[in-house]
Amino acid sequence: MSAVMMTRKVRKWEKLPGKNTFCCDGRVMMARQKGVFYLTLFLIVGTCSLFFAFECPYLAIHLSPAIPVFAILLFFFVMAMLLRTSFSDPGVLPRALPEEATFIEMEIEATNGNVPAGQRPPPRIRNVQINGQIVKLKYCYTCKIFRPPRASHCSICDNCVDRFDHHCPWVGNCVGKRNYRYFYLFTLSLSLLTIYIFTFNIVHVVMRSVNSGFVKTLQDTPGTVLEVLVCFFTLWSVVGLTGFHTYLISLNQTTNEDIKGSWSGKNRVQNPYSHKNIINNCCEVLCGPAYPSVLDRRGLMRDDLSVPTSAAEPATNSNPVPQTTKTTAPLIPNEHTPDDAKPSMADAAIAHAEKRSPSPREDKLPTLPKSSPTPTKVPPLASPETDAEASIIAKDKAL
Amino acid sequence: MAETHSLQDMRQQAAIAAKVFIQRDYTNGTVCQFQTKFPSELETRIDKQQFEETVRTLNNLYAEAEKLGGSSYLEGCLACLTAYTIFLCMETHYEKVLKKIAKFIQEQNDKIYAPRGLLLTDPIERGLRVVEVTIFEDRSLGR
Repeated sequence: MSAVMMTRKVRKWEKLPGKNTFCCDGRVMMARQKGVFYLTLFLIVGTCSLFFAFECPYLAIHLSPAIPVFAILLFFFVMAMLLRTSFSDPGVLPRALPEEATFIEMEIEATNGNVPAGQRPPPRIRNVQINGQIVKLKYCYTCKIFRPPRASHCSICDNCVDRFDHHCPWVGNCVGKRNYRYFYLFTLSLSLLTIYIFTFNIVHVVMRSVNSGFVKTLQDTPGTVLEVLVCFFTLWSVVGLTGFHTYLISLNQTTNEDIKGSWSGKNRVQNPYSHKNIINNCCEVLCGPAYPSVLDRRGLMRDDLSVPTSAAEPATNSNPVPQTTKTTAPLIPNEHTPDDAKPSMADAAIAHAEKRSPSPREDKLPTLPKSSPTPTKVPPLASPETDAEASIIAKDKAL
Repeated sequence: MAETHSLQDMRQQAAIAAKVFIQRDYTNGTVCQFQTKFPSELETRIDKQQFEETVRTLNNLYAEAEKLGGSSYLEGCLACLTAYTIFLCMETHYEKVLKKIAKFIQEQNDKIYAPRGLLLTDPIERGLRVVEVTIFEDRSLGR
């Protein structure tokens, strides 16, 4: 039984675990459910179009041409902030590769010692002291890491996100460290835009009614009624949300921490991340450094396809599933297959050497160990699927 | 050039004996800092001072990237005025420092770690969570 090994280069986003969708060859990253995001877009673009069609001509002539100009600028800012929030990486933490996961497991075993049979092992928690406060770091069973402080696992996107605020369906993405300021500016500018459109709708109706009467005004500009309706309901929610986030920013807290009451003052706990100064807190959150994405979405990696040359081999049907199609990769949320471990171990050494002396990668691969060298001697990892996958792939390679 | 050959030779001949992961140090908050505690697995391979010096320099570089001060605020405000479109053409301060860090790690690997059969992995490739130190088996370097 022989199999031909074909390798093709794929972008790393195609093999990322988690439930995100990617567009533009990995440049855009969003959550899976985007319906509400389309609704947001529709409402904003629709209402603004009505405003530009019905109100702006009248107001530009009778009041000032600056009114539509400012509205356009505000509209573009809102759209820029919305798209930036929705399309960027919120601060997703990549999952631990097998060696790191094993290392952490061994550390946990060492700290917990021997658990008598029948007893549940203690929860996996690491205590760290931050600015004089004890903070508990929880272990994420999906990502196989101890979550950094302020990180949380989003079940909708199936990722751990750094400085996790919340998952917002209106923007179709998580709000985390990297896109929180865009989210805040989006809600702020949207509040301003809503107030602006609402105010000028009223001004427009009043001005026109003075000349033509109230009913005729509404008949001339039917869009006004729709706009006022949308703006009225949007005002209450968006302005309220902006106010809430302004409060959170001034205290340097996340929505997640606020909901859980992490720093509510019970048991003398205080927020260790706050600078105790509103200006400093605001400056850090809104004008701090722009954090880079640690998910290399557009990097290239090798994808090994095992193409069987003989027809009657039922086992090979299961092999291409975790490797070939990008749609099935997210179905295996827990582990990279051992094949993914190979490039990661070699990449570091190869990356350093190859810059100076490019040599064909294909020759080097077979000399490296086929799978992680540790599976036989370490305690079982959290996910039982790994061993099954490893045995299927190892069996195919051996043929 | 001797270093190039030793890295390639290592790849061809050396098997990976173990990997050590230097964890993050959160005592000063969520700023990116790594623990300078010397791992016991490296005791036979490298000088403690040397290793701590490497990690300390790395920490200083990350602190420089995440520094909150006049220049970072200026960058943030200017970017906001352009609706952050300026980041489509310009590199952020953090990205510039990351390039410095990548160069530093490569330098350290060439000069200090590769001759001792060790390899540092840039933390950005591990999500800024750990500094991965790969320990290669000693036989290929026993001359």
